[in-house]
Amino acid sequence: MKRIALLGMPNTGKSTLFNRMTGGAARVGNWPGITVELLSGRILLGSDMVEIIDLPGIYDLHGFSDDEQVVRHFMHDNVPDLALVILNATQIERQMSLLLQLKQLNMNIVVLLNMADEAKKYGISIDSRKMSEMLGMPIFLLSGKYGTGYPDALQAITKALRYPTPGMAEQLRSQLEQDEHIESEMARVLKHAVQVPAQLPESLTDKLDRVMLHPWLGLPIFFGIMYLLFQGIFFLGQPLQGWVSDALGWLRVTALDPACAGLPAWLSGLLLDGIYNGVATVAAFVPIIILFFLFMAMVEDSGYLSRAAFLMDALMAKMGLDGRGFVMLLMGFGCNVPALMGTRVMRSRSLRLLTMLVIPFSLCSARLQVFVFITAAIFSPHAAPLALFSLYLFSFAIAILTALLFKNKFRNNEPFVLELPPYRFPTLRQMLLRGWLEVKHFLNRATQFIIAGVILVWLLTHLPASAAPASAGTLAGMIGSALHPIFAPIGINEQLTIALIFGFVAKEIVIGSLAVIYGSSGEALGSALGQQLDWVQAYSFMLFTLIYTPCLSAIATLRSESKDLRYTLLTVMWSLGLAWAVSFIFYQGARALGY
Amino acid sequence: MRAIEICSIMSSLTLSDLHPGDTATIVAIHAEEALHQRLLALGFRSGKQIELIRTASFSGPLQVRIGTTDILLRRNEAAKIKVCRA
Repeated sequence: MKRIALLGMPNTGKSTLFNRMTGGAARVGNWPGITVELLSGRILLGSDMVEIIDLPGIYDLHGFSDDEQVVRHFMHDNVPDLALVILNATQIERQMSLLLQLKQLNMNIVVLLNMADEAKKYGISIDSRKMSEMLGMPIFLLSGKYGTGYPDALQAITKALRYPTPGMAEQLRSQLEQDEHIESEMARVLKHAVQVPAQLPESLTDKLDRVMLHPWLGLPIFFGIMYLLFQGIFFLGQPLQGWVSDALGWLRVTALDPACAGLPAWLSGLLLDGIYNGVATVAAFVPIIILFFLFMAMVEDSGYLSRAAFLMDALMAKMGLDGRGFVMLLMGFGCNVPALMGTRVMRSRSLRLLTMLVIPFSLCSARLQVFVFITAAIFSPHAAPLALFSLYLFSFAIAILTALLFKNKFRNNEPFVLELPPYRFPTLRQMLLRGWLEVKHFLNRATQFIIAGVILVWLLTHLPASAAPASAGTLAGMIGSALHPIFAPIGINEQLTIALIFGFVAKEIVIGSLAVIYGSSGEALGSALGQQLDWVQAYSFMLFTLIYTPCLSAIATLRSESKDLRYTLLTVMWSLGLAWAVSFIFYQGARALGY
Repeated sequence: MRAIEICSIMSSLTLSDLHPGDTATIVAIHAEEALHQRLLALGFRSGKQIELIRTASFSGPLQVRIGTTDILLRRNEAAKIKVCRA
């Protein structure tokens, strides 16, 4: 009896065609050379009975996946009289490779281009006559339900089977044996050098995961870890920040003040009160930034982030996002820009846009500096970490709110499939390397933005020269009072308004510019703020800082990643509007309650 | 016919029907092209043993193990993978 092998890539409609040809009368059978069973059926073609075998779908005839080996072994030991190759016409440019691999074997081939009607809808036109001529084999277009093309194809198959193919079997075998040689070599090395137990023994990862991914404890543990991390950063970072700040202050008093004594007043003002104070205030944050990134590197390298995706996916799905989006939000705590770029792993554009809309609300390390400084200045040492943590909760809440409001606009059904790596203890070297890279990045930004920023702030607060520095008569004062009607209802005064304008460029400048505006740095700036602001104003300012546009780099990234100006404008307008609205509700609400 | 063959023709059990601790054999994957490719790349193939390790609360994703690889996937993706209990 003649044999027809049905070959093609997965999802080409191969099995549907097989069922149609055999009328569903298939049987499962064993074949020489292979250990898995294959479906086959017998049909009458012309005047002869032939057997059709449905081979597993494969991408590559010379590949080494299980299915690819099965196909090769089958063909070696049961050389078919005809290969019936099914290609998906909509993916013809990708599927052609398999056909050409089969052609190289010098087999007797009939090609069916399936889903021809669908291909037509995509505007793909295939000249089957021309293609048939070039490849030297009969090619037929089949439409979706084989309404057309099927009888012609059957006729061609019958005709092709009529002619014997002398020498084909030997040629085919010798070609397939080259791949078999690789297979046996692979098997030999694996057998002697590698041992994989059928059931893996319970590893440390399994034991840890039983607690960390526990149905009830998993989420509380996750939030507990996050809380401890930020507490730890605060606890360890604050004294360091104090020492650096004291050291920089001491340097100014003992070395820089005398050195600049001979300079004109305006120049020493610009150098010391402007650049030095601004940069020193920001530089004091370097220890906290280092700690933050060390901890982030530890969490990231440990493999815990994928666990966070697992724990949070159900909740994220309700917001139209997925577990990966949650991981991006966490990455955004470091810096929003790489987190925005990280969304490239998502295939669905809607899911990407929604995730990118949400990421800028992640409380990034630049905003962290602002909040660490202001909470320390306004709140008691006991309340400051709590105030900071509450801002992290706000960061999440705003992200959730935004996702919920926009999830219908950015609908998607992207699958969520992710590999879960085992826990790895991050090495000190890795952590230090990561921490150092981030600090370098921070210092780069500092030289780019912060120095230019503080100089500009100094000029704005000291020009025109006739006005008293930082008074209402300066340029900064004028801008502040022009914007006063917008910012007064949310409790933000003129000086803070200037800082917010600069924060639009980069949040790293905010504290530096406050240092310049108030003409003092470090603790002196803190107490100046503490005298001028009550906690409600300060918190309203922090809320606004948290929610409005993170920085120019983030906007530029949103623009380049989305390639959509309107979307970029939407993100900017939405965050500005929301920042104002949330601060307004908070400020007016707190005042109404008597705070 | 072996039990697994009968099962592969008769049953409509999918990966999403399994309980934590269950082991099964993948029979077929009925996923669209992109997802199919991704699953193949992660080691999902008919004939492979698969173990459901755990499921996340609030009908969250599943954690499954194929060989030495652990994979997370959502329930509606798991429902596209036909299995037979071992």
